[in-house]
Amino acid sequence: MTTETTAEPKQKVYFDLTTSPHLHSKWSTAKVMWFVNIALAPSVAAAIVFFGIYQAIIMVTAVAFAVGTEAAVQSVRKKQVTWFDGSAALTGLLLALTLPPNFSLSATAIGSVVAIGLGKQIFGGLGYNIFNPALVGRAFLQAAFPVQITTWTQPNFAVDGITSATPLAALKFDKILTETSSMAIGNVGGSLGETSAAAVLVGGIFLIVVGIVNWRIPLSMIIGMIVFGGIFWFINPDNPTPVFHIFAGSFLFGAMFMATDWVTSPITNKGMWMFGLGISLILVIIRIFGGLPEGVMYSILFMNAFVPLINRYTTPWVFGAIKAEKKNE
Amino acid sequence: MKKQVSLSKEYLKGVWENNPILIQLLGLCPTLAVTVSAINGLAMGLAATFVLVMSSLLISSIRKIIPNQIRIASFIVIIATFVTVVDLVMKAKFPDLSKALGPFIPLIVVNCVILGRQEAFASKNNPGRAFLDAVGMGTGFTIALLVLGGIREIIGSRTFFGLQVLPDQYEPWLIMILPAGAFLTLGLLLGISNMYTDRKKRTEHESIIAHYKRVGREDIAEQLEVK
Repeated sequence: MTTETTAEPKQKVYFDLTTSPHLHSKWSTAKVMWFVNIALAPSVAAAIVFFGIYQAIIMVTAVAFAVGTEAAVQSVRKKQVTWFDGSAALTGLLLALTLPPNFSLSATAIGSVVAIGLGKQIFGGLGYNIFNPALVGRAFLQAAFPVQITTWTQPNFAVDGITSATPLAALKFDKILTETSSMAIGNVGGSLGETSAAAVLVGGIFLIVVGIVNWRIPLSMIIGMIVFGGIFWFINPDNPTPVFHIFAGSFLFGAMFMATDWVTSPITNKGMWMFGLGISLILVIIRIFGGLPEGVMYSILFMNAFVPLINRYTTPWVFGAIKAEKKNE
Repeated sequence: MKKQVSLSKEYLKGVWENNPILIQLLGLCPTLAVTVSAINGLAMGLAATFVLVMSSLLISSIRKIIPNQIRIASFIVIIATFVTVVDLVMKAKFPDLSKALGPFIPLIVVNCVILGRQEAFASKNNPGRAFLDAVGMGTGFTIALLVLGGIREIIGSRTFFGLQVLPDQYEPWLIMILPAGAFLTLGLLLGISNMYTDRKKRTEHESIIAHYKRVGREDIAEQLEVK
């Protein structure tokens, strides 16, 4: 009896040893994710006001399937199930906000499953994905259901005479220029979250103030848009003005919520400027020369692919290290 | 001395454990490009199998008189001959299918499954074994293409061999019949086949450990467990 209690435990003890510095961050993953979810509240409210209560069902469906897929994949792979950290919910909500109004619920569910399954978990889960998962889901839906995803419903308070097309589509195919004031409030056709520039800006500025979003990415995208959009407008005044470019489509939504995803954006300040300017350049080219009216999704996904390269190129020198050429001299 | 493999194994290795698509990842160009429907996949698989079997037989029979220095060129000439046969037969008998497969029938000439088997197997073995090997590899190739084409056709255009299998309410996923769908489906198939292989290996490993424990060699069992 006594020998058992005095015997040394055979269990091995492991220590995690890492070198200094040991930084403590006030942000945990869950806290960041739920803050971003809160920052999307104005956009959610605007979507429901302009397009009706049915949009709430779309968002709930997207979030539910995203969270469900995350939990399912993690339990199948025998990993710690972390659906409650809010990252899957955020992906679902972001995906829902990029969908057109009155989108079918089954397709929304497919998009959520693809976003989490193929966009995130297949690379190993949170922090390992190359591409923004919500945009992967949206790109999949765009390729799978090209007709449904470009069927736009008129907002509730639409001004007579404006067709249900998005401002960009109206400009591209019918040469109708939408007023900037309508686009700023959100009283135009478009995806759920993108139409109201004001609501997106409120959420985005909140994130910048609390320090989750680095201001360099949205600012560099806007500067890039003014410069590149301005160049094309200067060459040919038929092209839309940079102001139209900024308020039309999902540019602001992409700049505030999509491009600033921590996992898929560069880690260095210089890299963030390159990233933002690159997105704007590709976006202007797609919008002016491309067959599609809108290209925020593709330009962000495209630059996501360059993030590892940008990170490597802009990594600062380690203090005291010598450049390779100098060493050879 | 070279270990002799049984004849049935010679055939079966191409079907599963050495499957040209799922394990060797060879000949992916036609695999990804033509499998928009089950019939296309089957036709492509059968055409490649025919070329593979015939050229394997021929090359294996004349393997001793082909000079080593120009063997690749000789293989290509022989393969190209049979590809021409297939191409002309398909144009004459199945013009629709020939049009659907387009340039991918002539491109069988450069299919690396076929050249790979000639170089790795037919040029070193007797015609009987070369025949079995080619039939096995062809079967594995055809099955993989058929499965890939079938999945893409059912999801992408709700039909299977042209017959509607899913109800009208189902909205076809256009992406599945685009190139992106080919990559996604092939990737998921590879994932599933790897998962199956891993599981098989693990159970084998566990049975070996159990065996050592049974015969009282705990030290070996422990070493294996760590691995």
